Amino acid sequence: MTTSTHQKHLLTSVQMAHFVAHGSLRMDAVVPAEMNEQAIAVLDAGIPAVPYGTPLADTFEPGSLPERLVQLPEVAGAIRSLVGPDPVVDHHAVHIRKAHEGEAQNLHADAIIDVREDAFDVQLMYYPQEVTLEMGGTLSVPGSHLRRTNESDTGRYQNLLGQSRLTCPAGTVVFLHHGIWHGGRRNDSDVDRYMFKIRFNPTVRQVRLWDTDDLYDEGVAAELNTRFPWYETATGRLEIYNRAKLWQALTGDDTADPDYWVTRVSNRPRRVVAQRSLNPHAARKEMA
Amino acid sequence: MTAATQPQAVQQDLRQQVLVLYLASSALDAKVVGWSTYDGTGATTPTTGDSDVPPYTTGLDALKDGWRLFQAAQLLPPHPGHEYDTSFLKHEFFFEKLVAV
Repeated sequence: MTTSTHQKHLLTSVQMAHFVAHGSLRMDAVVPAEMNEQAIAVLDAGIPAVPYGTPLADTFEPGSLPERLVQLPEVAGAIRSLVGPDPVVDHHAVHIRKAHEGEAQNLHADAIIDVREDAFDVQLMYYPQEVTLEMGGTLSVPGSHLRRTNESDTGRYQNLLGQSRLTCPAGTVVFLHHGIWHGGRRNDSDVDRYMFKIRFNPTVRQVRLWDTDDLYDEGVAAELNTRFPWYETATGRLEIYNRAKLWQALTGDDTADPDYWVTRVSNRPRRVVAQRSLNPHAARKEMA
Repeated sequence: MTAATQPQAVQQDLRQQVLVLYLASSALDAKVVGWSTYDGTGATTPTTGDSDVPPYTTGLDALKDGWRLFQAAQLLPPHPGHEYDTSFLKHEFFFEKLVAV
């Protein structure tokens, strides 16, 4: 990964705000066809595991398909923007959902409940084939990543209004926040479905790691104010509040609050303007 | 069949279908934002991510279609210090139909 490569392809502030709101960022057909054509055989053969926390630079064989994947300029730029330089690989895994496989995964968030407010992990998901609805592309729930739930405790939820049932062209990469609710859907097609996943842990503070030239673009506020159809009316407002808090952490600016949800409930003025004679505490003191 | 054995016979012929609706507020006539179904007859196998269209627009619409409400989520105040936390969907309603098999 060269510095010049990822600097040209850093995410914009609007894209980062999209990630903060949705908990995901999708890059359609970003991987070249010749890599996609090699991918099925590579994934079938398996990709050697590494210990938890291995530096990305040491994770994959030089010249191997996964190394070329993370070095694609758009992919490298997104990784750099989301988790910064020199991330470590938590783990990686090949997921194959067989043709006519009988069951869908329960809706879940990976690992265990993770309530960090100023840091997050990112999962890269690479789909080397075109994914159709029948192939059971990953189900994910936009805007669910800040909900405090543990792994598959959400398994009771089968469908949520506005959920995303992934269909995509070959070579699509999706970046997911660690907390997003998701699951592999039942594959009702005649084709085995392949997906390769890498989880990245940051090794730096995730502050202004992207291209911030458009930090005050009105598209940022629009993204942060996105409502999703499955949100309950009242709790949906708390989602906007929590997004603003995350945006403040990522920008290093605790005044960033485009829709005023945080500012309003944090406002506790200390300046006293009442005359002494109208101050009940002062009055008691004088009577004593 | 005697009167004493009749309830058992009826029980053997009925199966429960369960519909879980998640609503936009605590009102039963609020909009459906999530749904799950479980079929005790075994005739269908609903699962995660199998539909983008809710079976009813509101909870009330499910009642009008013959579903019987048997549980509604309690309204619980937030824990002090956690007023802004979000977690599970709050407005969960369980319905049933008893189906002869």
